[in-house]
Amino acid sequence: MAQFVKKDDDLDGEEYSPFLGIEKGAVLQEARVFNDPQLDPRRCSQVITKLLYLLNQGESFTKFEATDVFFAVTKLFQSRDLGLRRMVYLIIKELSPSSDEVIIVTSSLMKDMNSKTDMYRANAIRVLCRIVDGTLLTQIERYLKQAIVDKNPVVASAALVSGIHLLQTNPEIVKRWSNEVQEAVQSRAALVQFHALALLHQVRQNDRLAVSKLVTSLTKGTVRSPLAQCLLIRYTSQVIRESGMNQAGDRPFYDYLESCLRHKAEMVIFEAARAITELSGVTSRELTPAITVLQLFLTSSKPVLRFAAVRTLNKVAMTHPLAVTNCNIDMESLISDQNRSIATLAITTLLKTGNESSVDRLMKQITNFMSDIADEFKIVVVEAIRSLCLKFPLKYKSLMNFLSNILREEGGFEYKKAIVDSIVIFIREIPDAKESGLLHLCEFIEDCEFTYLSTQILHFLGIEGPKTSDPSKYIRYIYNRVILENATVRASAVSTLAKFGAMVDPLKPRIFILLRRCLFDSDDEVRDRATLYLNTLGGDGSVVETDKDVKEFLFGSLDVPLVNLETSLKNYEPSEEPFDIYSVPKEVKSQQHVEKKSQTKKPSGLGAPLPAPTSTTDAYEKLLSSIPEFSNFGKLFKSSTPVELTEAETEYAVNAVKHIFDGHVVFQYNCTNTIPEQLLENVSVIVDASEAEEFSEVAIKPIRSLPYDSPGQTFVAFEKPVGVTSFGRFSNTLKFIVKEVDTSSGEAEDDGVEDEYQLEDLEVVAADYILKVGVSNFKNAWESLDPDCERVDEYGLGPRETLAEAITVVTNLLGMQPCEGTEVVPKNARSHTCLLSGIYIGNFKVLVRVSFGFDGPKEVAMKLAVRSDDISVSEAIHEIVASG
Amino acid sequence: MENCPSVKNLLLLDSEGKRVAVKYYSDDWPTNQSKLAFEKSLFAKTQKTNARTEAEITLFDENVVVYKFVEDLHFFVTGGDDENELILASVLNGFFEAVTVLLRSSVDQREALTNMDLIFLCIDEIIDGGLILETDGTTIAGKVASHTIDEGAPLSEQTITQALAAAREHFTRSLLR
Repeated sequence: MAQFVKKDDDLDGEEYSPFLGIEKGAVLQEARVFNDPQLDPRRCSQVITKLLYLLNQGESFTKFEATDVFFAVTKLFQSRDLGLRRMVYLIIKELSPSSDEVIIVTSSLMKDMNSKTDMYRANAIRVLCRIVDGTLLTQIERYLKQAIVDKNPVVASAALVSGIHLLQTNPEIVKRWSNEVQEAVQSRAALVQFHALALLHQVRQNDRLAVSKLVTSLTKGTVRSPLAQCLLIRYTSQVIRESGMNQAGDRPFYDYLESCLRHKAEMVIFEAARAITELSGVTSRELTPAITVLQLFLTSSKPVLRFAAVRTLNKVAMTHPLAVTNCNIDMESLISDQNRSIATLAITTLLKTGNESSVDRLMKQITNFMSDIADEFKIVVVEAIRSLCLKFPLKYKSLMNFLSNILREEGGFEYKKAIVDSIVIFIREIPDAKESGLLHLCEFIEDCEFTYLSTQILHFLGIEGPKTSDPSKYIRYIYNRVILENATVRASAVSTLAKFGAMVDPLKPRIFILLRRCLFDSDDEVRDRATLYLNTLGGDGSVVETDKDVKEFLFGSLDVPLVNLETSLKNYEPSEEPFDIYSVPKEVKSQQHVEKKSQTKKPSGLGAPLPAPTSTTDAYEKLLSSIPEFSNFGKLFKSSTPVELTEAETEYAVNAVKHIFDGHVVFQYNCTNTIPEQLLENVSVIVDASEAEEFSEVAIKPIRSLPYDSPGQTFVAFEKPVGVTSFGRFSNTLKFIVKEVDTSSGEAEDDGVEDEYQLEDLEVVAADYILKVGVSNFKNAWESLDPDCERVDEYGLGPRETLAEAITVVTNLLGMQPCEGTEVVPKNARSHTCLLSGIYIGNFKVLVRVSFGFDGPKEVAMKLAVRSDDISVSEAIHEIVASG
Repeated sequence: MENCPSVKNLLLLDSEGKRVAVKYYSDDWPTNQSKLAFEKSLFAKTQKTNARTEAEITLFDENVVVYKFVEDLHFFVTGGDDENELILASVLNGFFEAVTVLLRSSVDQREALTNMDLIFLCIDEIIDGGLILETDGTTIAGKVASHTIDEGAPLSEQTITQALAAAREHFTRSLLR
């Protein structure tokens, strides 16, 4: 019969579902059966299932509907039907009733909690603990304690798991249960042991000694459940982390971890192997057994096991590449793994562990693999190849070939962009790779479907191409774009041609011919550009501007923020008066825009990040040099990050940037007027430099008018002794004329009142004289500096919570760049060495090696070693630290 | 909680990636839309893989997802980036085995929909608020499938109407059988 029914349904097609056309309103109507005096458990169960189904599909009930259903459901406690009761428990959890509603069911649930039926007890506990609040919890605490040691494992687990959840909200109460929990840890039931261990650890997690004791006793005993064993491994590695630095030589508990590698459950073996690889400062002797079991997993038939192993080995390869090389053969066979995540992890691991000689073989294998994986994996591989190439620059040929090959194959935008970016980086970093790289890019744009990439490559060609030995060979590729491409790319190609014309004199006549052809282009942007460039380069026979101007025009950057230019252009109404680019405000609305600006300014990198500090400085430099008063200050050394001088949400928001020159300091005050009813005029900052003796004020540049919500900048410049690092504190007062503004008409009154506004003080400190400049290889840089210029001293930093805090204090004090990720302190480390680098004013390179360590409880001691180009600078750094 | 193995969600999707039953335990997906979006892209990513004989695994949005397909049902278990993959696999296995037992071996979407109550109960017995309750498939199924009248209750405690209702229920069931 059942067979028959099934066949019939098959004819109905795939759409068959008992929930077909289910509708919330109708189901809520159906829920009325809960109120029937004579309950039909079956039907009630069905209705609850439907309600649950609706919720599960993402339908939501209004507060009213939920309350309604909840009250109806509470009536169902009358029924003795087990199945129905289960569904009642479920729906109560889903409805998550409010505290005043909870009261209605608590008595029923408490009765169930003490029922003889195990299933009732277990479920009632879970439901009750889910909806209970603190006061109610104290009432049922007694039953919960009993339940924890209940002989039925399901009940005990239910109470323990609920305890873990309750610990988040009512820790005080749960902590009182530790005796019972401790008893449950000894349970014979595997999962009870697991849940009890989890709860016990959480109760004690802030007590290091207790956790250590717990681990000591349990690692000796027998923990039955694999899950509990995994937990114990996690707790053990935590204890090792916390005590690791005290004992030299043998690591406590390592033997336990190692013994877990021989456990019969795979999840325990893996957990232990992973724990060993993550030990801080793990030795290769300690690693070996873990790597061996992971290697075995690599050949497992289960994808999950292979994945887990290869992912862990991949991480190990970052820190201990040599330890993983033994697995290379197994790893290579994973390149053809069905699971692409596994294959990609295998490849990137191989790329990390590979040596120079194996690169070629590896590339061959990867080539076969690349054709059948998704773009996202390909991007990972391309990135791995990029770093491999920077590691082995001599191998650039085969790697570049690989990239150019995959560049020709099918692929999406992100993938192609990753490849192009990599080639661009090779061209920048490896001089030998330049010519071949440019040619690969040229060939790529011959057949490139992405306008963005084409234009970016053309731009890059315009900058790099003219500097090559034979620039003429690129002309053909570029001009082909003018013939074959869409208007955007054509316009971009015209600009590139012009750059070749400007830089390479012998090519000029040929470029002129090509540009003249472009004058007949169908697109006006292309025609305009061609006309413009012909004009500036002198191709139309007019007077040629000086060479410098042309190059500045072609290669220089726009010195106004694009956002502001855009707004100004939108506001410009066509009239007799031409648009004046100098009317565009150069101030940027906020720091974010400054960053945006500096990025848009240098599109040459194809989006590749440039060292951020220099480009922000660039933006400031442009801004300052545009102000005549400051133009003779020389080269800008450093601009600080903005310092807030007002609290958030005050009438006037002001922050300040300190610009340091050799013999001058300029404070740039970014002011914003946040009151719509006011217009501020003649805004300036009065600076009292009485606490900064070496500084004398030389210029003030006020803001003429500061309307509501459009930031403006005022400047104050000081003179200071050249080449001396002068410090001082400056107190600031904002001075301005206030005019009332009629918000409806937007017009300001004629008369204003003079007013002042007190700002926070500003300080010039040591960090302002040091540029954050990183070095890629600290060790080499350190050794290249004269050891005679080294100064070492020790300092006590006083009580500090963590080493990380101490590091932040010192890096901020010195304003130097942490290198090689050493600013991150491993968890619970007792000592740490941080590497800092920077440029001291006067262009002296400074490298600092700071070792921190705890000296007694919470007292941090520091050993500071400084090397620099000049011994006096090394001493100056020590002075800063000593006085800081 | 941070040290305890935890599960972010259990998903049971059909052959088109639509929900059969799902349960989320993490705040990573606060709205129904974000949940649906997660399910959709996860399904699209895993659809073409062969997860029928052995459970498969993938990294997805900073999460580890293990999954297994049977007929037109797709089982998924999601855990954090750092979770022990094998623990997640054991949860997946328990989920899948329990459903197999409960649906009496004809594991497909239609059967699952007809026994939706069992599926919901099953999910409830595997994970409680992200914590693993049980991973053994038969045990889970055993806990779900105890569908009888509460015989432990003494008759004296039952009211006459309840007793009658119970008797009627018994009677109709035996007739239907």
